[in-house]
Amino acid sequence: MSVAVDRRPDPASAPRLPGRARRLVRAHRARRRARLSELTRPDRVVRGVLLVAAIIPTFALAFLAYQMLKYAYPAIVFNGWHVFTTKFSLGNQYSTAVQVRHGYKAPKGAVYGILPLLFGTLISSLIALFFAVPISVAGAILLVERLPVRVQGFLGIFLELLAGIPSVIFGLWGIYTFGPFLSRTVYRWIADLHIPWLRGPTGAGEGLLTASLVLAVMIIPIIASITRELVRSVPPLAKEGAVALGLTPSETVRFVVIPYIKTGVIAASILGWARALGETIAVLIISGDLLGAYPHSIFDPFSTIATTIASELDSALTDSTGMAVHALAEFGLVLLVVTLLTNLGGRLLTRRFSAAGLPVGRGV
Amino acid sequence: MLIAAPAIAVIVGVFHQALPALGWQLFTKRTNSTGIQNAILGSLLFLLGVLIVAGTIGVGAGIYLAEFASGRTERALRFFSEVLAGMPSIVIGYIGYVTLVVEFHWSYSLLAAVMALSVLVLPYIVKTTEVALRNVPSALGEAAAGLGLPRSATVRQVLLPPALPGIVSGLVVALAISTGELAPLLFTAGFSDNDPTLHLFHHQVPYLTNVVFTDISIPGARAHATAAAAGVVTLGILLVLIAIGRILASRARRNTARMSL
Repeated sequence: MSVAVDRRPDPASAPRLPGRARRLVRAHRARRRARLSELTRPDRVVRGVLLVAAIIPTFALAFLAYQMLKYAYPAIVFNGWHVFTTKFSLGNQYSTAVQVRHGYKAPKGAVYGILPLLFGTLISSLIALFFAVPISVAGAILLVERLPVRVQGFLGIFLELLAGIPSVIFGLWGIYTFGPFLSRTVYRWIADLHIPWLRGPTGAGEGLLTASLVLAVMIIPIIASITRELVRSVPPLAKEGAVALGLTPSETVRFVVIPYIKTGVIAASILGWARALGETIAVLIISGDLLGAYPHSIFDPFSTIATTIASELDSALTDSTGMAVHALAEFGLVLLVVTLLTNLGGRLLTRRFSAAGLPVGRGV
Repeated sequence: MLIAAPAIAVIVGVFHQALPALGWQLFTKRTNSTGIQNAILGSLLFLLGVLIVAGTIGVGAGIYLAEFASGRTERALRFFSEVLAGMPSIVIGYIGYVTLVVEFHWSYSLLAAVMALSVLVLPYIVKTTEVALRNVPSALGEAAAGLGLPRSATVRQVLLPPALPGIVSGLVVALAISTGELAPLLFTAGFSDNDPTLHLFHHQVPYLTNVVFTDISIPGARAHATAAAAGVVTLGILLVLIAIGRILASRARRNTARMSL
């Protein structure tokens, strides 16, 4: 015997808006309907034209995604899951010998594995975060808590300036000035310690560590400027309470400020990370761009997904089967998904803290 | 100090490297001799193109999102615009190459380059325009509506003038971003030793960041100095644009602060 269950909401227990609130909601909807119907004919024309403009970014996104999938499709079928297990080589492009897999042709010997590139992308961006996060957070806290407002504004200009410097200039600086300087001084000293991963020839300053350090400099403005706003938003009452309880300034920072801004700093770091993942030109110039190589020490050359697309598109075009171009599209697709997810995650987290949402992700 | 140091180090470092090549010949000679005149003109041409394409579309989209859209469409359009902002620039360059340059037969050209740059800065312009309009006190719009002014006239005559400094500031900063970009241009603009022309298709365009990038890998102190000099000129254009943007932004803040009193 079954008991009939009444699944309709119980009118007595369902959360009902009080009568006044319900009236307000209804009035609001009516007003909105009225506002739209009040548009005059020229209004509608203007609205229509502007709507076309407003749809274009969405259209551009759809177009990019569609084209990316279209161009990557042959490579996705050809590579299957091997893309995540093999190394990377364009194969023998000077012979006409081809291999066929799943109906798609590629030059003999060609393997399109993304793993070394993915490794290079992740390791360089994570080393960059390792340096950038502590510097940015410490800098932002010192800036707001210790320095007078006038000096804060002055140093803020440098932060904006740093955000505005384009990546090719960072590359130029890294390869001519910063890299050789580090190689002559700090690297030699580190390498002499003979720690695994931190030894070996340091070269002329190209390689993983220099690229990561330059990436760190590039993402410091993103992380520091968001952290600065967060530190400013710490309620003064909490800090005053801490002082009243006899906490020293450093203890106040540790027990009041840092717990308050923690989630925000994580969000800011994710945004900085997204920037580092997609960075192309600076890394291409400084990394040494050794295609598909795993770095064996922190001074070794390497390559990332973005640099490989930039440096290999020329060679890929000489592939008569066309598979190399498709493989680069597949790599681009992986980069796209990873970057968009990190970026969106960071943005959703930061939206909780700043209503305007910060226009970050790309310099300035 | 750690925050101020890198910016100074980068600028001083690049300037120092460029010293041997700095001089008036940069502006009067082309890249086939000792100058970068053609590259400067090409970069300025890109700025004009981005202003026309991304400027009109972005400002229009921003106005729509701030003043005409409602509810779900607004949220969706804004969301996709933000997703576009996170697009890696090399992906934009790749798609620009395989579609615009190859599939559409535009070859390396002004239009392909301007399109790639515009997609890059479009979300930024949309966002700044929308924020600038939202910062105008709502009482202004309500008063205009109360007086019976149609919506489009309200926007044009009442809301846009006070928002203008903010919008222009966003535009200028977007131009600054596009000045320094290379990844979207690498496979769309090409390069040439001649001065750029106004042909939209099939004519390669020289530009500054390309000079920096290619001259770095050319051996010889002369090429390296030219690379750095092109970098200095890029930085110069960029700093002027950022300064203009800052001045306009502070004026915009003063505008809205005065009106909300």
